Amino acid sequence: MKLIVAIIQPHKLEEVKEKLYKAEVNLITVSEVLGHGQQKGVTEIYRGAKETGNLLRKIRLEIAVNESFVEPTIKAIIKGAQTGNIGDGKIFVLDLERCIRIRTGEEGSLAIG
Amino acid sequence: MKLVIAIIQPHKLEDVKKELYAAEVNLITVSEVLGHGQQKGVTEIYRGAKETGNLLRKVRLEIAVNESFVEPTIKAIIKGAKTGNVGDGKIFVLDLGRCVRIRTNEEGSLAIG
Amino acid sequence: MNTVNTGDTAWVLISAALVMLMTPGLAFFYGGMVRKKNILSILMQCFIVLCLLSIQWVVYGYSISFAPNDGFWGGFQWFCLNGVGVEPYPDYAATIPHQAFMIFQAMFAVITPALILGAFAERMKFSSFLIFILLWATFVYAPVCHWVWGTGGWLKKLGVLDFAGGIVVHITAGIAALATALVIGKRKNLEKNIPSPHNLPFVVLGTALLWFGWFGFNAGSALAANGIAVSAFVATNTAAAAGGLSWALMDLIRNGRTTMFGTASGAVAGLAAVTPGAGFISVVPAIAIGLVASLICFIAVSVIKPKLGYDDSLDAFGVHCISGTWGVLATGLFASKLVNPAGADGLFLGNPKQFLIQLIAVGVTLVYAFAVTMIIYKIVDLTIGVRVDEKEEAMGLDLTQHHERAYTVLE
Repeated sequence: MKLIVAIIQPHKLEEVKEKLYKAEVNLITVSEVLGHGQQKGVTEIYRGAKETGNLLRKIRLEIAVNESFVEPTIKAIIKGAQTGNIGDGKIFVLDLERCIRIRTGEEGSLAIG
Repeated sequence: MKLVIAIIQPHKLEDVKKELYAAEVNLITVSEVLGHGQQKGVTEIYRGAKETGNLLRKVRLEIAVNESFVEPTIKAIIKGAKTGNVGDGKIFVLDLGRCVRIRTNEEGSLAIG
Repeated sequence: MNTVNTGDTAWVLISAALVMLMTPGLAFFYGGMVRKKNILSILMQCFIVLCLLSIQWVVYGYSISFAPNDGFWGGFQWFCLNGVGVEPYPDYAATIPHQAFMIFQAMFAVITPALILGAFAERMKFSSFLIFILLWATFVYAPVCHWVWGTGGWLKKLGVLDFAGGIVVHITAGIAALATALVIGKRKNLEKNIPSPHNLPFVVLGTALLWFGWFGFNAGSALAANGIAVSAFVATNTAAAAGGLSWALMDLIRNGRTTMFGTASGAVAGLAAVTPGAGFISVVPAIAIGLVASLICFIAVSVIKPKLGYDDSLDAFGVHCISGTWGVLATGLFASKLVNPAGADGLFLGNPKQFLIQLIAVGVTLVYAFAVTMIIYKIVDLTIGVRVDEKEEAMGLDLTQHHERAYTVLE
């Protein structure tokens, strides 16, 4: 099993969700984060004072999947989130040793869906 | 060392915290997230128009532990978070390569507590 | 020689202040409905309208709206308030200083264009917005205001009844909202996801400020602290309450739940609808006007709008134009000389002619305001462009137009 973590543009969330549902990936966790990679961040002005390089709002997705779902999930995220501009985000894939469903105590591939 | 990530119902956070403290697990990181698995999401109504399938509010816990604490941590989370209904959440266990305490530069099992 | 009445003057000045508060109130009403990346753009658009049109009004706006003239609009003889002093001007209000009437009307001239911005929220360039609003205030608001309320205005001569601005405020702004929503196009990605309002408590705060300010708007339009002001006050509160209840009930029937957003929207629909008739109707018609206003706005917003597919983002047309039009026509049904001897009887009191006059005024205003709004929009679009680019829209207007953000994520 793998844990896929993706950082995407906030306005792309709906598209990514739609592509994930199409790929039959339903279990996702979404959170609001700040960050930037190659983007320089944004300039803000408060009472005439300029601040440069502030972090940008991003969305972080966490998706636990079986091996067979890793590629479809990555493809779905790219399909939904790609604009071609700097700032589209990143996908990280981590090894997931165990997965437990709290309601039933089931473990492993059974629990992940 | 392992990184335990749990997605639980927001109203169960206090129960889970209590169980974790009882199991002597004190270092936890909590964030507010959105998500759903087998639950269908929630219906909202805005000016007479219905929206279905919106993501639900969830709480995400991150807990770094030594091997010996993995089972007690999982048990504590299940004990605190389980209601028996769909939506109780999931627990993920990942391998944790290194852990460094920023204040002292200590590494590994010493730093984790 | 007309003498100034201190009570009347105090009431009109307080009413002017109440109406001033409606523009920031509208800002919160609208601001809560947009996504959090755009709330400052809404607050700023409302706030800059307050600044910009306050100046426009004293320089030439008041003159072209209210200076006596039989033509298209008022004359320029009151340019920079030349001749508009503390002496009463009996054509408009015999017992208060002329400048009290002027500043009361200034607040109407401010909030009317601000109502439109709900239609193109989340996607208009700030620079274009400023030019659009200034042109609109000059070529739509001022002429229609003159026709209905100004000395020499042709609709006034015809005998149209518009106590506090159903035609002048809600129909002009509401139909302009439809025009701009049609030409500016939908927000991006709308078919996939209609964004939820980011802060409904702000919507409720805005509604409360609007309701409060509306007492100045309607009861202040009596331009005196008298019985008509009181009956307008009562009608206003009654219609707002009926509107709120009515929407809650329809939410319940159609969706199985009452909603805060719906109830607040219903109250605003009731307030807009009672505006033209407030000083001409008694309390039972006020209940009917509020109930029906919510009913038709509910249908317009939740049934008809999705079918037609235009993106009037915050329902400026769906709430203001629809309820304003209903209110102006209802005035032609329910108006009574027993309530206001200076008014007229409506259809239900045996005077169908009044209803016909109201109908003509509505029709002419809808056509004129729609057409001229389209022309103004096209001029601005062809010269500097109206819409932000796709990337700016995605990032939000707060960061791209103003370089500010409303909420920090951390600390």
